[in-house]
Amino acid sequence: MLNWWLRAILSIVIWPGLLAGAVSGWFLLWMSRKFIAQLQGRQGPPLYQPFFDFWKLVGKKTIIPKGVNRFMFFALPVISLVSVVLALALLPVPGGSAISFEGDLVVLIYLLEMPVLMDILAGYVTRSVYAQVGATREALLSLAYNLPFLSALIALALRLKTFQLSNFSAAPISIATVVVAAALFLALLAQLKVNPFSIPNAEQEIVAGTYIEYNGLPLALFELTHALELSTLVGLIACLFMGPFASIWLKLIIFLLVAAVVIVMVNVVAAGTARLKVQHAFRFYWTWGVAASVLVFAAALLL
Amino acid sequence: MSSIFTKLINLSRRRSPWVYRINAGSCNGCDIEVAPCFSPRYDGEQIGAILQGSPKHADILLISGPITLRTRDIVKDVYQQIPSPKAVIALGSCPASGNVFAGSPTIVGSAEAVIPVDLYVPGCPPRPQAILEAIQMAAKLLEKGETRSQKEAQNA
Repeated sequence: MLNWWLRAILSIVIWPGLLAGAVSGWFLLWMSRKFIAQLQGRQGPPLYQPFFDFWKLVGKKTIIPKGVNRFMFFALPVISLVSVVLALALLPVPGGSAISFEGDLVVLIYLLEMPVLMDILAGYVTRSVYAQVGATREALLSLAYNLPFLSALIALALRLKTFQLSNFSAAPISIATVVVAAALFLALLAQLKVNPFSIPNAEQEIVAGTYIEYNGLPLALFELTHALELSTLVGLIACLFMGPFASIWLKLIIFLLVAAVVIVMVNVVAAGTARLKVQHAFRFYWTWGVAASVLVFAAALLL
Repeated sequence: MSSIFTKLINLSRRRSPWVYRINAGSCNGCDIEVAPCFSPRYDGEQIGAILQGSPKHADILLISGPITLRTRDIVKDVYQQIPSPKAVIALGSCPASGNVFAGSPTIVGSAEAVIPVDLYVPGCPPRPQAILEAIQMAAKLLEKGETRSQKEAQNA
């Protein structure tokens, strides 16, 4: 029992939790920025850039806007960081997480929803008009992209007749896996808030979205949450493809390879498109998202 | 342990200067010269610089123009919104001397009279290379703790 607790804590803090998630999240963020810079004919930032950005923000003084509840101002980023770390710890990465039980998929979905809720609250709590616009947009968008996201995961769960994530990563690759990954990818664009769905954080347009009044340590925590969210969501897609491989190293290679491919695809879309209006994005997800959901259920249950 | 931590944060300050710019009655010449700093030719992202939309996220304030009377209080306000440690760069001749507007009754004519300026970039307008060099120098000042706001905080 004690041994299990130790391994669970290791899962949360090191692999696949906070440490591995932060390192891989920062690496993936750097990769995104570098790749987009290269597409635009620029050199792009050095490798350690997201790491330095984080520590610089930690070292800055925090200004709390007048009339904002001090406790709320700090609690929101902490809650979203903790929930995304726990979500990451549930991920069935190569080597496996110690925390695995029937129904952990449902917990993962709930935990992944927390940062979004905290973002929306942050927008309203900081009393900035721009942040409120950002929060409204994020709330609307979350009603849209969750459709293909949830359908894909539920369809796969129905196919495998389990809600346990470790069975997801052990399942063989089929056409259904590819369709599920495609539907998850569709949702991923809006979850990561990249173009054409960079609507909630729309820089230049509504200044900086929900984080506009955030600075110093709380902003650093939000940035770290974003990096971890990136690792979790990309990792979730990558997990689907390592079923048929026996050796742990081969699994790890496939895992990283799929993650890299997903990031490159996300950034090709991000660099090649312009921002949509929120109503267009909403319509996009309720037409193509519905189409993807139908396809996912058909592929998962019939094939 | 705490010294390693301090070193890491100081290094990060040099490697990640985020920039906020404010036009205090400038003719827009200096502001146009800031844009190419982040374009493919000069690419400020190589030294970690990013243009930020909110002063709350910035480390370095770029100020252009002769500080008209109408913008004076806004400049002060924006400066105070930047969380310390922070650096201020004055772009071009206007915030240094008032330039061709010197002696006008509608301008302050000197950024120094409103906020503590760390670096002046000469030129009307300055070249993008010079602006990028100033950003890099300001980032180094932030690392060493030698910007004027940091020194004032130490002495106080």
